[in-house]
Amino acid sequence: MRGIGKYFIFLGNLLIKREPLKTYIKQILDECIKVGIGSLVIVSIVSTFIGAVTCVQTAFNLVSPLIPRYVISLVVRDMTLLELAPTITAIVFAGKVGSNIAGELGTMKITEQVDALEVMGINSVSFLALPKIIACLMMYPLLVILAGFLAIMGGYLAGTLTGVITPEDYIYGIRADFQPFNVLFALIKSVVFAFLVSSISSYKGYNTAGGALEVGQASTSAVTNSCIAILVADYLLAELLL
Amino acid sequence: MIEFKNIVKSFDGKTVLHNINGIFEPGRTNLIIGTSGTGKSVLLKCMVGLLLPDEGSVLYNGRDFTRATRNVQREIRRDIGMLFQGAALFDSMTVEQNVMFPLNVLTEMPKDEKLDRVNFVLQRVGLENVNDKMPSEISGGMKKRVGIARAIVNSSKYLYCDEPNSGLDPITAILIDNLIKEITEEYNITTVVVTHDMNSVMEIGDYIIYMYDGRKLWEGSKDEILDTKIPELKKFIYSSKLVQALRDMEEM
Repeated sequence: MRGIGKYFIFLGNLLIKREPLKTYIKQILDECIKVGIGSLVIVSIVSTFIGAVTCVQTAFNLVSPLIPRYVISLVVRDMTLLELAPTITAIVFAGKVGSNIAGELGTMKITEQVDALEVMGINSVSFLALPKIIACLMMYPLLVILAGFLAIMGGYLAGTLTGVITPEDYIYGIRADFQPFNVLFALIKSVVFAFLVSSISSYKGYNTAGGALEVGQASTSAVTNSCIAILVADYLLAELLL
Repeated sequence: MIEFKNIVKSFDGKTVLHNINGIFEPGRTNLIIGTSGTGKSVLLKCMVGLLLPDEGSVLYNGRDFTRATRNVQREIRRDIGMLFQGAALFDSMTVEQNVMFPLNVLTEMPKDEKLDRVNFVLQRVGLENVNDKMPSEISGGMKKRVGIARAIVNSSKYLYCDEPNSGLDPITAILIDNLIKEITEEYNITTVVVTHDMNSVMEIGDYIIYMYDGRKLWEGSKDEILDTKIPELKKFIYSSKLVQALRDMEEM
């Protein structure tokens, strides 16, 4: 409970007595490149294969001849939008970006770089963490959109190349009973998950004390705590919005 | 001028600073010395606001810093420069960006003027042609010089140095000590150096506070320190074989 309280105080300090926003613009752009471009490859690979696996496994389970084949791509689409693109990508994002944020801030803390900012009269919490959080909030929804597209494309390639579904059936299934709200739901989840990963990782990194060992522990803790928070938030959002 | 009155600080019920008082005048190098774990760094952190003392206050030119509002503290902090033990340069920035950082964040200076100022202070600390180097590409002594340049770039009135020559070879350590002293006198800065290096004490100690077990045990100048009768301080001074040898030579 104490940790949660300290986390909320940390969030409060992000906005109190921060530097003017223009100070952060360059940092936000740098972080956007680091977070967005830096995660493109891993997000693309993971989402393509997850879409492919979902397609093949759904086809494997649809043994009844009464169920039309286009249901396979319908399942791929809905699973991708509702769960795979925002949530699985968030787990990957926590591992890639979360550990990086915690490691970077943790190293800055133990090498007195954070103290150097404080001595200069700069609110180090907002100066260091706010650009990272804003960058994640801006870039993660874009990564989710890309992941969703690639997962559906992965499903298409796997399904048509292995012959479990025809291209026409796949396209038909993708368009059948489409609920536009599912896209909005995926984007809402992406914003919430981006905030959780970036803020928890920043909090863990910023509160590192000790040496190199503790920086490693902070990174690990950032990833595990982010993953738990993502899954809890995933359940709560599903209950609230669906 | 920095004045600190009745500073008391405890951690988990253990008092590490007991009623520390003192005045650091501008234009001279003020040293806080003592063995490890005597509260030197805690006192320094209380003075720069990285720790809040349980009791007492720190005054900068008569303005209370400890209990001041965040805005007043921020204003005072703009006059403070600090050289950290490991230099604390920002890893992701070049030397030039590191030194320019306080100007970027704390001033509205035009870019050309900022660059001139950065080049001037880098030259002042004896560094040239290193502007584009990353901190990982320069030596420990150079990092300390960059740290000093960053601390004085904003025309600071107060310079704090935490163990400025730790981890440096004796020759570079003397160069850094001399640089601190020169800058202090040249710009009439109030400089506070935390150290346990007796060579530094004898080199630059205009005014010295000796801390022992969280208490101020002695104060004076480098000329007076060797004549002390306080056993703890004598033990500290003569733990250095060099100082002991010099003392023996003097007596002969």
